[in-house]
Amino acid sequence: MIPLIRNEVVNKKGWLGDEEFMDMLAIAQSMPGPIALNTALFVGNKRLGFKGSLFSGAGVILPSFIVILLIAMVFTQFKDNPVVERIFKGIRPAVVALIVAPLLSLGKSAGVKWKNLWIPVVVALAVWQLHISPVYIVLAAILLGIFYLIYLKKRVNK
Amino acid sequence: MELWDLYLALFVSFFKIGLFGFGGGYAMLPLIQHEIVDHHQWISVSDFTDIVAISQTTPGPIAFNSATYIGYSAVTEMGFASVYGVIGSAICTFAVSIPSLILMTIVTAFFFRLKDNLWIQSALSVLKPAIIGLIASAALMLITPYNFIDYKSWIIFGAVLVASLRKADPILLIFLSGVIGLLLY
Repeated sequence: MIPLIRNEVVNKKGWLGDEEFMDMLAIAQSMPGPIALNTALFVGNKRLGFKGSLFSGAGVILPSFIVILLIAMVFTQFKDNPVVERIFKGIRPAVVALIVAPLLSLGKSAGVKWKNLWIPVVVALAVWQLHISPVYIVLAAILLGIFYLIYLKKRVNK
Repeated sequence: MELWDLYLALFVSFFKIGLFGFGGGYAMLPLIQHEIVDHHQWISVSDFTDIVAISQTTPGPIAFNSATYIGYSAVTEMGFASVYGVIGSAICTFAVSIPSLILMTIVTAFFFRLKDNLWIQSALSVLKPAIIGLIASAALMLITPYNFIDYKSWIIFGAVLVASLRKADPILLIFLSGVIGLLLY
């Protein structure tokens, strides 16, 4: 989706410069919420202020809203149909495989190395086996990062 | 449950998903699953997997897709008419977007000061690897007896995994798996 956004925002409309786009992307990816929405909100806000972000936000939400609403209305009717059920029996394992496949390359770009491999492993086990809400995981990760910086700063000052 | 209570519960859940859903896409799945499958039990694991499948084959972000779909299905499955489902759908989609709207409005104002902020960089240094763990847990949580019914499920899983690592088109892979499901079961 990102090359698509870049082409529209940078090349076609010239709303953002290339470097500005890369900086914006870094911010949009480090904020919670869908990256496409965050990107849209940033561009809208940059061009027209808060009002602009309302319009760009609506623009990015509406297409998927309409499509998925139609699918939901149809699919909830046919969900228990035996043919549909057979199709989805084949699809469900594929869904999981498509989540697993990008893990390695995502891990690399997130800076996972042998040294900090324990972080994703502990997180995955805590959520999967102990049913800990990802809300607490996110809060703990943010706090841990901040405490680590405080620790480093103290060590430098000594 | 009263309709308004349901609307309120949906709103709170999806607001939470929007606020704590770091990493976008699959990283938001365990949070969504935790809220709507485990906690509120608005839908089953297999129905949730089907929504993920629909998301993998349609362009929009997974968080919007789940919000729109669950807003509709949770309300109609409680026996309310379809029009209330559409309203539920709009409420959830709105709720999941508000945290982004608030945070991005603040962030845009302080953009260049935030970019190189040491505290944010430091928080992200742990959050980023943690997000990889969240994505892994999303996959692990979906490996249930409902989704993996027999050895054939695992063959499909293995085949799709290998094909996807070799950059096969995910939409094509979902389509083919559906055809295989129709033939095998």
